[in-house]
Amino acid sequence: MDVMPKWAEVVLVPLISLLLAAIISALIILAIGEDPIAAAKLMVEGAVGSVRGWSYTLYYATNFIFTGLAVSIAFHARMFNIGGEGQAMLGGMGVALACLYVPWPHWSIALMAAIVMAAAFGALWALIPAYLQAKRGSHIVITTIMFNFIASALLIFVINEFLKPVGSQDPSSARFAAHLDLPTLNSILSSMGIKSSKDDSVNVTFLVSLLCAFGVWLLLWRTRLGYEIRAFGHSESAAKYAGINPVKITVVAMLISGGLAGLMGINTVMGEAERLVLNSTEGAGFIGIAVALMGRSHPVGVVIAAVLFGFLYQGGAELAFWTSIPRELIVVIQALVILFTGALDNMVRMPLERIFLMVRRNKSAGDV
Amino acid sequence: MDYLTFLQLLDSTVRLATPLLLACLAGLFSERAGIFDIGLEGKMLAAAFVSAAIAFTSGSVWVGLLAGIGASLVLSVIHGIASITFRGNQLISGVAINFLAAGLAVVIAQDVFKQGGRTPALSGESRFEGITLPGAKALADVPVFGPLYAELISGHSILVYIAFAAVPFTWWVLSRTRFGLRLRAVGENPAAVDTAGVSVLRLRYAAVLICGVLCGIAGAYLSTALQAGFIKDMSAGRGFIALAALIFAKWRPWHALYATLLFGFFGALETRPDVIQAVSGIQINSALLSALPYILPVIILAGFGGRAIPPRAGGEPYVKER
Repeated sequence: MDVMPKWAEVVLVPLISLLLAAIISALIILAIGEDPIAAAKLMVEGAVGSVRGWSYTLYYATNFIFTGLAVSIAFHARMFNIGGEGQAMLGGMGVALACLYVPWPHWSIALMAAIVMAAAFGALWALIPAYLQAKRGSHIVITTIMFNFIASALLIFVINEFLKPVGSQDPSSARFAAHLDLPTLNSILSSMGIKSSKDDSVNVTFLVSLLCAFGVWLLLWRTRLGYEIRAFGHSESAAKYAGINPVKITVVAMLISGGLAGLMGINTVMGEAERLVLNSTEGAGFIGIAVALMGRSHPVGVVIAAVLFGFLYQGGAELAFWTSIPRELIVVIQALVILFTGALDNMVRMPLERIFLMVRRNKSAGDV
Repeated sequence: MDYLTFLQLLDSTVRLATPLLLACLAGLFSERAGIFDIGLEGKMLAAAFVSAAIAFTSGSVWVGLLAGIGASLVLSVIHGIASITFRGNQLISGVAINFLAAGLAVVIAQDVFKQGGRTPALSGESRFEGITLPGAKALADVPVFGPLYAELISGHSILVYIAFAAVPFTWWVLSRTRFGLRLRAVGENPAAVDTAGVSVLRLRYAAVLICGVLCGIAGAYLSTALQAGFIKDMSAGRGFIALAALIFAKWRPWHALYATLLFGFFGALETRPDVIQAVSGIQINSALLSALPYILPVIILAGFGGRAIPPRAGGEPYVKER
């Protein structure tokens, strides 16, 4: 029997967890001698108070939608993919190879190729851990963590040995051709006659990420494969009994997960940096864990949570710029969100369930 | 490669294996009791920061060590509350602890020391120095054994000797004491322990706290012995390598020693590319070499070296009444 109504499960529990995380973050800001209310104001102003703020917030949100979806789909198959960071690095590498070595006539065709390459490279990086989990029983958490470290070493190697222009000191690839720059949402809006600012970051990849969110919803709740993934996640033995191949589901779910994480590379590499740099992922792969937990592994929840984390990221950057609060505060907030929405879920849920039970009992007593 | 170079290589193997060994034994206690802990990394990092910070401000490395253990214990208690009391997901709790430590260490370091998220360099009393064992100087001229004693066995900080002594101690606790028997039982079949009238919760908390103490020593070693001061993200994945070593060791203390020495050896090779080149004749790219400590666990986990079977109740919260 469900003790709590659905709205409480979906909205109330995450909100209370978020509130707890916010209170502790405020205490930390207070402890290092800053004013939490002023800090919050600064964050709101910097992240959603201007067109520029919004465009950066949505730019970060794009990354987190991809990585959040990646973690979510693995969660549905009851796997914990901590490798989003490495898969995103490889995805970015795929994008760079596509943009550097083929003379695309137009950005739109290059974008198609970049989508294929990013997804393929990300999926490839998830394949080995997935295979080892499915066939050899080595735990996916450990292998994906190791693959994050291996990916960053591989990235350094590929950039330094192959992609760095001759004579360059900068550890990055050459710049992509100018016409491959992805159009920003603002430029699309102004071409339709709506005036907006010029300085911005969010680009068409945001629309791709929303499409992916819709695609993941379709896949999970409207296809046979999605049903198999969810069934496998609920009960491996029941799924086996129903004729679902556990090896296939493990590998396929991780391939989709890795592909989604890889797609993030389009946003950072093709949309923003326009070349392959060393640290383009900036921990977004890990934020996907927090996003998936907060969004309850549902695409709609993931998009909302991703925008919220986009807000935190952009607000945190403003905070670091104007005050002495370092950017790492965002890592702390991220940790608190993971802790409260993920690990301490029952701490929030148990008292709530008790309250709802009490209310229901009083109501039925009143009816009699 | 001459004898002395070889000894130097082994010497740095020991230095690099020490934090891995302590973290690996920490994970062993926790996982043998049925609590997965991927927060070893975060606990080490927190202890590294706090012990360096307190050692600097107090001027005593021992006070720093205690403070570092304290910081690690705080995180252990959080892990315990999340995964034992509230029966949450142990992996997710571990991830949260890793980020909490990584973020808080820099935020506090920046606030207190204002050096871009690091502590000032430690020296003298605020750092663990190497101990010259008795007779090291006198025996140094004895062929073969002299250099071995002086270079490899003598001259490490006290924490290295503590780490190596922790191996037989862990073995003794786990396999020769009542507490150890119960601790292992609680990781295999908690219901049986419960039926015998022993508290599952208390045993698991004890295991998680021991894990905290060992991670605390490992972290303090990083910032006050291996290096002189805390820098951002200085644990550099050692907590995860320790976990891989734990699986490789199949959750056994002596094998944990061998596994961490092996990973330490690969870490030592990474710092001496000239030796690799001299021995094998191939020049290996430094970026690829730095990936070696992470590739190796994957190869080992892929099942080369026998199947590793974790404690049966690992990762599952214990629910008293069904």
